[in-house]
Amino acid sequence: MIGIEHYVVVSSILFVLGVLGIFLNRKNVIVILMAIELILLAVNINLVAFSAFLHDLTGQIFAMFVLTVAAGEAAIGLAILVIYFRDRGTIAVDDVNRMKG
Amino acid sequence: MDWLQSLRLIAPEETLSIAGLVLLLVAAWGGDKAARLISVASVAALVGAAFLVMPALCGGAMGPDAQAFGDQYRADAFASFAKLLIYGAAAASLVIAPAFFDRLRAMRAEYPLLILFAALGMGMMVSASNLLTLYIGLELNSLASYVLAAFLRSDDRSAEAGLKYFVLGSLASGILLFGISLTYGFTGTTSFEGIRVALEGGLSHGALFGIVFMLAGLAFKISAVPFHMWTPDVYEGAPTPVTTFFATAPKVAALALTMRVALDAFGPQSDAWRQIVIFASLASIVVGALGAIGQANIKRLMAYSSINNVGFMLIGLAAATPAGASAMLVYLTIYVAMSLGGFIAILMLKDEAGEPVEAIAQIAGLSRTRPGLAAALAMVMFSLAGIPPLFGFWGKFVVFQAAVQAGLVPLAAIGIAASVIGAFYYLKVVKIMYFDEPADVVKGRSDWAHQALLVLATVFISPLGYLLTKWLGGLADVAASALFLAA
Repeated sequence: MIGIEHYVVVSSILFVLGVLGIFLNRKNVIVILMAIELILLAVNINLVAFSAFLHDLTGQIFAMFVLTVAAGEAAIGLAILVIYFRDRGTIAVDDVNRMKG
Repeated sequence: MDWLQSLRLIAPEETLSIAGLVLLLVAAWGGDKAARLISVASVAALVGAAFLVMPALCGGAMGPDAQAFGDQYRADAFASFAKLLIYGAAAASLVIAPAFFDRLRAMRAEYPLLILFAALGMGMMVSASNLLTLYIGLELNSLASYVLAAFLRSDDRSAEAGLKYFVLGSLASGILLFGISLTYGFTGTTSFEGIRVALEGGLSHGALFGIVFMLAGLAFKISAVPFHMWTPDVYEGAPTPVTTFFATAPKVAALALTMRVALDAFGPQSDAWRQIVIFASLASIVVGALGAIGQANIKRLMAYSSINNVGFMLIGLAAATPAGASAMLVYLTIYVAMSLGGFIAILMLKDEAGEPVEAIAQIAGLSRTRPGLAAALAMVMFSLAGIPPLFGFWGKFVVFQAAVQAGLVPLAAIGIAASVIGAFYYLKVVKIMYFDEPADVVKGRSDWAHQALLVLATVFISPLGYLLTKWLGGLADVAASALFLAA
């Protein structure tokens, strides 16, 4: 029988993978965007699982809001990335270093 | 009936969103030629919203009368206090923008609109009394802010600032959201009221994780250590009017939101989060003070200064008393004035061609070439350092007083000691301006709007500000008491 704890464990693993994806990735900013999406999906799994477990609809409504906002966030992220690429001609993470200190 | 009442309570948000949407259409038709008109209209909308907010603050609105839409949203005195600061700071960053962007031919119609939507999101943040409202408000503010940071598309530093802000800001939202999902799962509700009731019965491990993740996400937004690393880069890279905005309004909103979440929703378990807040506070004070010492760019210096000041404000939060919350609000008000003054002075540092001067070495001897500007900047620096006759001292004083009253004497003592270290780099700037050989770089003429706002800010932080202490303290007390209704 799959209980609530299994869902929480899966979502925690996904969340940690997402965070590690942001920090360990040294290659490409697009990968960071994917990692952010992974974090948000982990949250959604949590919300929906809790919602089913608690017999309370709020979690599922919350998940819909998260999905919507994530779409907007990805759009803005890609737009900023396009501006950045136009200036620099690269989106390698190691090159994001014009300012330091 | 109930519906109408709710609509009346959210009048400031309605004003801002309708103004924003209408002006968006104007921008689409009029293009960048309409930028000035849209700026003026946006300032008018913010002023209008501020007038709509005022009755709730003066009347001390709180409790069920101030709840809208089934307690999704609270238009109480606390939210109103924060909103007045937010709208004021947003309006100021609109007024100072044209003089900066015109030279680069970058005064686009989107700038005032983004500020307007960010202010709307911040208003929702401070009024939120449900995790869902909190999240929507936070994202509305963040998404507008990411675009604002990257606003100067031709400048590669601005694009980099936008990218860094976006990545780290989204990570912060993700962490906050994960905390929200855990809090929801282990308390069974998303309303602050319900979370409060659930936590009064004890704290499960899951809920503790929820609290920790939520506070970590919020610490990102207020740029408290250990989640401060984006601040210097974003402050340096973003165009200066945008930096002015970032240093004032979102800081108020995020801190007010943190206060409401910590003191209201997590209020019964204050012992659980107090250690985290104390750590973040001390670490911010120390990192802010030490990090600023080697900086050569004045905007980076101000970024570390803001990290440092957030640390002092968190001392008030650690106290977890009405006096501490009131002290934080007083400090926030003074901090907003100091930041506005500081960044407007930085905006006025221009060389002959009108290029902005940001290197600290280049403002050497400013007292001989531009005595007025040097005096204003020196006052801001002394005030940020908290040196007595200036108003910045009062903010630190009330916060320490609240901490001592709450029995946090060691915290207050370490804070006072660290503020002495912090004074070093503020004084260094003053020393460079007053005693070094003139570099004679700053020559550009200043815009009248900049001068007027700078005079206003410096008068507020001058000793004359002490005339306001009673009035300001009274308002902050009323606002803070709205957070402790259930306690």
